[in-house]
Amino acid sequence: MDVKPDAATGVVTSSPNWLTTRLDFLVNWSRRNSLWPMPFGTACCAIEFMATAASRYDLARFGMERQAFSPRQSDVLICAGRLPFKLAPVIRKIWDQMAQPKWCISMGACASSGGIFDNYAMVQGIDTIVPVDVYVPGCPPRPEGLLYGILLLQKKIAGESVFDPTLRVEKLADSSGLFLEPATVDELSEPFGNSVHQTRSA
Amino acid sequence: MAGTRTVTYELGTPAVDAQGRPAREPLTVVGDGEIAGDRMLINIGPQHPATHGVLRLVVELDGEVVVRVIPHVGYLHSGFEKLGEYRHYNQIIPLTDRTDYLASMSNNVGLALAAEKLMGIEVTERCKVLRVIACEMSRIISHCVWAGTTGIDLGAFTVFLWLFQERERLYDFIEAWTGARLTTSLTRVGGLMADVPDGWTDGLRRWCGRFPPVLDEIEAMLSKNSIWLGRTVDVGVMSAAEAINWSLSGPMIRASGVPFDLRKDRPYLGYETYDFAVPVGEHGDVYDRYLVRMEEMRQSTRIMLQALDRLPDGPINVSDPRVILPAKSRAMSDMEAMIFHFKQVMEGVAAPIGEAYQAVEGPRGELGTYFVSDGTAKPVRWRIRPPAFINLAALPKMSEGHLLSDLIAINASVDIVMGEVDR
Amino acid sequence: MPANHSVATLQARFGDAVRHAFVSCGDTVVVIAAARVHDALAWLKSTPGEQYDYLVDLTAVEYRDRERPLEVVYQLWSLERKVLLRLKVELPKDQELEVDTVTDLWAGADWLEREVWDMFGIRFRGHPDLRRILMWENYAEGHPLRKDFPLRGRFSRAEQTRQALSGDLEAHYSLEELAIKDVTP
Repeated sequence: MDVKPDAATGVVTSSPNWLTTRLDFLVNWSRRNSLWPMPFGTACCAIEFMATAASRYDLARFGMERQAFSPRQSDVLICAGRLPFKLAPVIRKIWDQMAQPKWCISMGACASSGGIFDNYAMVQGIDTIVPVDVYVPGCPPRPEGLLYGILLLQKKIAGESVFDPTLRVEKLADSSGLFLEPATVDELSEPFGNSVHQTRSA
Repeated sequence: MAGTRTVTYELGTPAVDAQGRPAREPLTVVGDGEIAGDRMLINIGPQHPATHGVLRLVVELDGEVVVRVIPHVGYLHSGFEKLGEYRHYNQIIPLTDRTDYLASMSNNVGLALAAEKLMGIEVTERCKVLRVIACEMSRIISHCVWAGTTGIDLGAFTVFLWLFQERERLYDFIEAWTGARLTTSLTRVGGLMADVPDGWTDGLRRWCGRFPPVLDEIEAMLSKNSIWLGRTVDVGVMSAAEAINWSLSGPMIRASGVPFDLRKDRPYLGYETYDFAVPVGEHGDVYDRYLVRMEEMRQSTRIMLQALDRLPDGPINVSDPRVILPAKSRAMSDMEAMIFHFKQVMEGVAAPIGEAYQAVEGPRGELGTYFVSDGTAKPVRWRIRPPAFINLAALPKMSEGHLLSDLIAINASVDIVMGEVDR
Repeated sequence: MPANHSVATLQARFGDAVRHAFVSCGDTVVVIAAARVHDALAWLKSTPGEQYDYLVDLTAVEYRDRERPLEVVYQLWSLERKVLLRLKVELPKDQELEVDTVTDLWAGADWLEREVWDMFGIRFRGHPDLRRILMWENYAEGHPLRKDFPLRGRFSRAEQTRQALSGDLEAHYSLEELAIKDVTP
């Protein structure tokens, strides 16, 4: 195996060879086909998540048999539903309690961007608080939509490498308690579309 | 009881002011402080499968016995009522889908009725009957979730799978009608978003014939099951007087013996002309609430069949062009229709100055909408009278003295949906 | 639609405290002086012929016209007589926003009054536990449903996120903080 730091980032990676790709394939195959979800269900999307887990759409056939409501025993945090500011420290704590390797699916418009709730109470997208791998749009997304998001995550995992240390880096809070720059949080939370105009009360 | 001692602490509450300092004096222990070590304080939630949403329960336990439970809500507070002040009445309807997301059509109907009461609009007969069908469908799908999740909490997982399959069949009908499974936005002020498609009523009639046997199967599994009875009988009892004093509504108050059902007491949408019974319990425990809800599903099927039989032909919307959007083909070709379309979309429909309170019997209880209008197209105040919020307030009363596992059963029996509790 | 007969009986019993009464969209509304509202509600609850034993809702309204006072709204229902009544109390903004609690009459008013405090900043004298209920306890931006509170809040999104993330998850978790009241059975 050749181990050399990458010229641009300085990150040490290995150039792939037959052994590493086979190992990666095995590890990724086992990881993506046995993702145990941490269903952080808050609102309506949680009901569609339950419907996806029920008989007709059946998450179990994708390896997500065990809905692990304990973050210690789960792989993918599925934030299904809107996230008010009061719940923000809770999801961050749950995310921190999950062990690597972990992924995050933001299910629904509210989790992805704040949805129709562009107001004082709502986090405008959980990506201001936790790193998100797949965004599933919809209000709520149909079960097929969520399944497509899960399949996308499986595809993403298939493209990972065990030898890439950057993938499993945990970004901690900075001194102000935020996980992104304040300007980035403000920019991600900016109103867009109809929200820009629907601010007049009378 | 012999052998007990009384320890009195100063009653205080963990209030803090804006700087995070305790707003009340710290407690002084009077008597034997040793007893503090016998109690355990655990935190359930807000992320927990058995809290039915983001509810946080701080529970003080003496062994397995719940001494005190403090529910903390607000983890799903989404600012609905504030948003409503910035939206036209028709624009509030999609918001109502997301408060009680288990029974969206019921919420849509509630809001439309309140707005129509405020504006003095009388909807058509076909609209009324279709709204009754929508309300009863919502009741059934909500009770299906309730029964499924309560079953899971008490260890009976099969109920969840069977009832969610029935929900999927109803979702097919809802989706054929409104285009969405869950966030339906069914009503408009003065009518509905769309009429039912062809063949829909026949399909629903067939479903109504096939649903009661499913309920029979579930009742055969649970109603005389000694484990189920052991977990639910005499658990979480609320007497009738207590239920009235705590302003409970819906199956919670009816299970306690108070025959309060808005469909009978303050009828709307012509419910007084339908032939149905309202199940009323006796003991006010979790088992009675289970029986009441199972029977309500049967009665809802009965109402739906009557509504399907009497569904009249005719328009679903009132013919007032200031309130209902004109047909798209006319809006694109007729000047007057285009102006009406423009005014409604850009300015909304102005309600007269006044206020109106209209409640419907939602699956959880009295779901009220209180509008205050200052003559503009956006309400001054939109208040949702949240049955789940008010029912949940009685949780400490019902569960103190019970075991921890009973607390889970009682919490399940309240049938909360946090979107409505927190709004 | 004729007004509820309780309008006349309230006026007979409480005289000048009944500021005015009107019917709006079929609902009877009585505006009563803030100082007498607790007595009026207690009287309405227990008097035969009134028997408004069920508190349907307790909320508040602020109008867009800044001069108008805040209103606390009590929605009552008589289970026996099947009649609704709405009582209102006007609280001018230049005075303390305070009114007596009705938790001694209806236990269901507990959380409803806490919500009015949280959303409007109206205090309820005598409430056993007046804390915020929907926002977190040391929420610093104000009372959200007030008209001078902007839709998106007062702080920037980054500041709101920062304040939210610094919330203490362990709050009210320790026995020392929580008070316990033991009573002999």
